[in-house]
Order: sequence, then C-alpha cells, then structure tokens
Amino acid sequence: MSLRHIRYYPSALLGSLVILGLIGVALHTLMTMPYATAVAAWRVGDPMLPINARPVWWGWLSGQDLPATIRVSGATNPTEALREGIRRASVELPFAYASSTQPSEIKLFIEETAGKREILFTLTGKRPDGREVDLGQRRIRGQAIVRLDPEALMLASGNGEELKALSGQYALTLDALCFDAAELSANLVVYGQVHGWAGTDHRRRDLGLALRWGTVVALGFGLIAALVSSIGTLTIAATGVWLGGVVDAAIQRLTEVAMIMPVIPVLMLIGTLYTSSLWGLLPIVILFGWFSSELKSHRAMLLPMRDAPYIQSAVCYGASHARIVLRYLVPRTLPILIPSLITSIPAFVFLEASLSYLGLGDPSMPTWGKVLADAQSQSALFNDQAYWVIEPVALLMLSGIGFALIGHSLDRVLNPRLRSY
Amino acid sequence: MRPQLNPGARDLAQGGLYLLKRLISLFLTVLAAVYLTVLVANMGGKLDEIRLVQIRATIAEQLRQDEGFKNLPAEARQQRLEQQAQHEVDRLGLDRPFVLRSIEYTRQALVLDLGRAEALASDKGSRNVADILAERLGPTLLLFGTSSVVVFIASLWIALWLSRRYGSHWDRLFTILAPTSATPSWLVGIVLIVLFAFAVPVAPSGGMVTIPPPPAWTMAYALSLASHIVLPALAIVLSSLFLSVYAWRTLFLLNADSEPVELARAMGLPERLIERQYVLRPALPPVLTNFALMLSSMWMGSILLEQVFEWPGIGSLLFQAMGQHDTPVIIAAVVIYANFQSITLFVLEVAYALLDPRIRLSGSVTTGGARA
Repeated sequence: MSLRHIRYYPSALLGSLVILGLIGVALHTLMTMPYATAVAAWRVGDPMLPINARPVWWGWLSGQDLPATIRVSGATNPTEALREGIRRASVELPFAYASSTQPSEIKLFIEETAGKREILFTLTGKRPDGREVDLGQRRIRGQAIVRLDPEALMLASGNGEELKALSGQYALTLDALCFDAAELSANLVVYGQVHGWAGTDHRRRDLGLALRWGTVVALGFGLIAALVSSIGTLTIAATGVWLGGVVDAAIQRLTEVAMIMPVIPVLMLIGTLYTSSLWGLLPIVILFGWFSSELKSHRAMLLPMRDAPYIQSAVCYGASHARIVLRYLVPRTLPILIPSLITSIPAFVFLEASLSYLGLGDPSMPTWGKVLADAQSQSALFNDQAYWVIEPVALLMLSGIGFALIGHSLDRVLNPRLRSY
Repeated sequence: MRPQLNPGARDLAQGGLYLLKRLISLFLTVLAAVYLTVLVANMGGKLDEIRLVQIRATIAEQLRQDEGFKNLPAEARQQRLEQQAQHEVDRLGLDRPFVLRSIEYTRQALVLDLGRAEALASDKGSRNVADILAERLGPTLLLFGTSSVVVFIASLWIALWLSRRYGSHWDRLFTILAPTSATPSWLVGIVLIVLFAFAVPVAPSGGMVTIPPPPAWTMAYALSLASHIVLPALAIVLSSLFLSVYAWRTLFLLNADSEPVELARAMGLPERLIERQYVLRPALPPVLTNFALMLSSMWMGSILLEQVFEWPGIGSLLFQAMGQHDTPVIIAAVVIYANFQSITLFVLEVAYALLDPRIRLSGSVTTGGARA
C-alpha cells in the first residue's frame, strides 16, 4: 500500500487542511512581524488599546451593541491673543458614537511643546442632544493624560438600571490659556469594548499577537522536537540492536529509568533550579523523547533484522558499524517512523503549552500556553471573558487534532498490521 | 532426593520467583531514577544548601534550650553554633565528595525523609515534606484511581462490542474520533469547565468538595465529592477513551480472524465462550501493555488537570511548590510519581505473569511486539 491511498481517508485531508492553514498563519506572522517587535509589544502593551476588550465576533454573537475604539486627534497653535502675552487656543475634537453601550474609558492625551510654562485649559463636551457638559479644568505642562468619566459625558438617561450611552455626534472642546508660545496637540481616545478578532488582555496587549506568534512557537517547537526525537530514537535503537551486549543493555536500562522518571516534575525541578527558558529545557525534553517506550518497540522491530542475509553480507564486505546501522537498519523502519513522527508532533505542542501554563518558558515570549496561564490567573471565566480561554484552547486542539488525524491515517496506510482495519 | 512439587505449586513458585526478580529490577530502576534526580538537583549545590540550613536551624533550636548558652556573648554563641554545625556535617558525612553525598540524599529521598519544606506547609500546619505530601496523596489517588478504572472497563467493554460490529456506524465513529485523544486531559478539562460550569452551569467549576465542606463521612460529603469529581474524571476518561477503544478493538479484530477462532466457530462453540477465551484472553497482554503506557501519560496530564480543577492533589501541590521555589517538595513529588509509575509497571508484570504461562516458565515472551 502506498502513500497515494491516503486520499481515500477524508480525515487525513481534513487534518492536512487544518495544518496547512496553521502553517500559513505561522509563515505570514514570521514575514509580517519580526520576533523583536512581537516581544516588545507583548512585554509592554499598547496604551491606545482598551483593557480586557472583547473580540469583535463576541459582540456579534451575543447580540450586544459593543463599540470599537475611536481615536480623534487635533492640534492648534494659540491664536487669540488676550492681553499681556496670554494667548488662547481652542481644539475641537468631534467624533461620532454609534453604539448604545458605554465606552470602557475615555482618555485625552495632551502634549504641549515649545512652551515653557503651564497651560490652563477647560474641557467641555457637547452631546448629540444639544446639552453641554462641563468636564473640568486642568493645568498641565509638557505631556499629560486626562481621564474623563464616560458616564458624565455620554449617559443616555438619568435613572434606570442600564447605563446606556447616547449615540450621535459628540464634540469635545479644549479651551486653553497659554502664557507663552505653545503648540498644543490633543489625542482623544474613546476606548471601545471590542478590539480585533481576538480581544485584549488585562495589560492592554492584543491577544491576536500572542495567538499568531504562538502558532509559530508551537509549530516550530513541535516540529523540531518531534523530528530530532524520532530520528534519535530510531538511531539509538538501531545502534543498540546492532552493537548488542553491554551497549544494548545500557541503552535498555537507561530507557527504563527514563520511562519511570516523571517528565513534567523533572522539568519543573530543572526550571526552578537552573533555567526556565523553553530552549534551555528543550535538550531535556529531547532526551526524554529519545529514551521512551518507542525505543523499546523500535528495538523489538529491529531485533529480527540482525540475522538477515543482506546484513550478514554487509559484514562480509567489511562494512563499518556506522554504515550498517545508518544504511541498512534505520531505513527499514522509516515507514513506521513517519506516522509516529507526525503523531508525536501534537505531544510536543501540548508539552510546550503545558510548560508555558506551568510558568516555565520565557515570560516575554508570547505563546498559547502563556495566554491560557494569564486567563487562569485573571479568572477570565468568572469575569465573563470566556473568549480569553476559548481562543488558545481552540488553536491548541486544532493543531493537535490536525496532526493526529494525518498521523492516524498515515498509520493505517503504512502500517501493514493495521492495513485492513 | 528432593520431593517433587505438584505442577500447581511449581507454577506458583516459578511465578513468584519471576515476580521477585522483576520487583528487584523495578526497585533498582527507581533507585537509579531517584539518584539521577538527586544528581540533577544537587549539581548547583541546592540540596547541600537546604541541608545546611536545616542543620543550622535544628542546632539553633537545641542551643536555645541550653541554659548556659544564653549567657555567652554574641561572638562565642556564633562560634558554638558553627562548631556544632561542623560536627553534624562531619557526622552525616556531608563534606564528602559529590557522588557519596548524593547517595545519602538518594536514601533520604527514597524514604521521603526530606525534612522541612522551604515555603509550603500542610493544611494542619506541619512543615514536614512527608506530611505535606501525605495529605495530598488521597485526593490524587481517588481521582486518578476512579478515572483509570472507568477508562479500563469502558474501553474494554466498548472495544469488545465494536469488534463484533466491524464496519458499522459506531465502529466508524470511534475510528474517526480516535485522533482526538491527542488532546491532553487538562485541555479537555478546560473545555468541559467552559461548557458545563459556565455555559450550562450544571457542575461545580473546581475544588474537591463544597466550601464549607459538609461533615466528613456523611452522605452529604459523599454527594458533594461525587458532584465535584464528575468533570475532572470525565476529562480524563474522554481524553483517553477513543484511542484506547480504537487500539484495543483493532487487537481484538486481529485475534478474531485467527485460525483458532475460525476452528472454534466451525466446531459450533457458543459465541460468548469464543469471545472470552479466544479473542479477549490472547489479546489481554498487548491490551494491558497499551493501558500501562497510557497510564503514564495520564499521570502527567493529571498534574495540570488538578491545577485546572483546583483539585487538592499532588499535581496542584507541585504547582504551588514551583511558584514558591520549594525544592524539597518538588523532589518528593518526583519520587512519588516515579513510584506510581513503577507500581503501575509492577501490577502489569503481575497481570502478565497470571495471564501468560510462558512468562512464568521462561521469564520472557518469545513473540515480539507485545513486550520488548
């Protein structure tokens, strides 16, 4: 039975589609967002993004009318001279508010350059129903962030349980008094309740960033670890089978010890005492992958091949141990290797997620496990933020099941014992 | 001349001898595993530090009781402390080379005499590592034991049932669903929490019993426990069920096509008997091997599962220990999990010895595949 028969298995085709999609996302992310930028953005967060914003589709699904973030900017130079060097400037910041839900926050980022003295300004808001709201007076020098109360500006009606917002055209006016030459620029950010297709977290970080870079990390870690692990296991098993005696016994005992040692607690021990970086733990993960139960089953498969005639003739023509192992023994098990390699990829992807969830791994690297860990520590489910949990879980399961579907079908195609079932 | 034993007793004797050999071999493996762990833990000198701190703490306690000590000036007190500490170190042989020190630590780790935890404490207030672990052992065994029994019985029953219905809808369904077992139990647990504790709130979202807990050993306690164990156990079962059903049903099908079965059918033996003796019985060794391997991955998944469900077992203890950098507790947990694995393997050996007489007689199975 050859690889062509894989097309008879719809599950394999489905799995391939899913995996190709994920690989596409990973490649796109690699090309559009360099690692350094992603890490920097993940470490700090974007002050222009709302806190704990829901994804856009959450608003659609729940039928709620949730607003997105609106940004308006304006700038002015003081024009009207009043008297004795005092000038007056006015910035008008209009915006249209279409939703009936309050924004999460309203902030005004004011920057005053060129002047050396304080400026005094008054904020007035004009509502769609014509009413003018006094939002206070402030003095600033240089840069300032002014927080405004959304309810003060946008409340629809005075009483009632639901604090609805009045939708329509708003305008915020900044009336400033400056004592010397000054250039004023203002950025009004009306933070929405939704952002993007993934939402944001408690530190104003775009979850979509972590999910996309998480794809790269998951696939990279999974593929590299699975490849190195599978090829290593096979080579070590073949070496043990061929050299026999003490070497074989040593490899078997080492495998038994590794099978008894619990992987995750040992990794936690190393993470606590030495390095908790994912790439630092990778060698240990690979060691555990090499000396696993797979090694025993490879050995069982290779043992009968020792006495095969072609191996005996290789010995006769003076082949070295390395040549016999690599050229004759290893290729015989490659058909079995391929499905088990693909099936082991999800194991490593989930291991990476487990380690990130545990707190191991680089804290500044955005991965799916980190997003899940944050969601857990922020009690996302109890705060009606199920999307924070659902998104990484969905991606994890997609990747795991995608690879498993392909591996499962490949196993049925290539493994002679399972062929007819 | 030695009296000849009857075949039954001889069988038992040989089986017992074989199991004894396997037990010793397993013990040696655990010993090697713990030794390796101790080496890894102490390569940075961490265990030495912990031990020294404990020695000093104990000596300081002792000296505080001593009347004469309190009257000494500060410098003399410090000197006395150092002297005593050095005595202890000499007595315990802690300034010997690294390899020999590690042997002492290994001995301690094996009997879980790991002294006091660095940061954690048990619910009753004890700082003793052994106490902390003993408290958490029960819930872990309860959850894990219940789920593994359910997985085993359910998978066996469903696989047998499916092997009689090759090609049917159910058979195809389980074959299609088999790859879903790639998902670890804790992820399935999160999905179940989202679905059944939040979306459709029918089950509690975590913990082992309601807070405040009903009085122990009452019906109310049992009911509370039962309602809390449903989701985590279901998570463990769902994450392993489909793959094991698929694998075991394949093994049963392989046997169902074999010659002895065809002959038995031709002879007109009842189907039930054929199934039990000729299909199930020969397939049990590989089924058990498969189950034992599955158990080790279930153990690892249950560490995170306990954290997800806030189940007060060893897994969530490990989490806390990691957060507080409490090394003795982590080492103790490694030892316990290593023991769990070896107990699992030993039970597997016992089952093998009972099921397959060839093992008792020759000490190995001549056919490859099932055991390697």
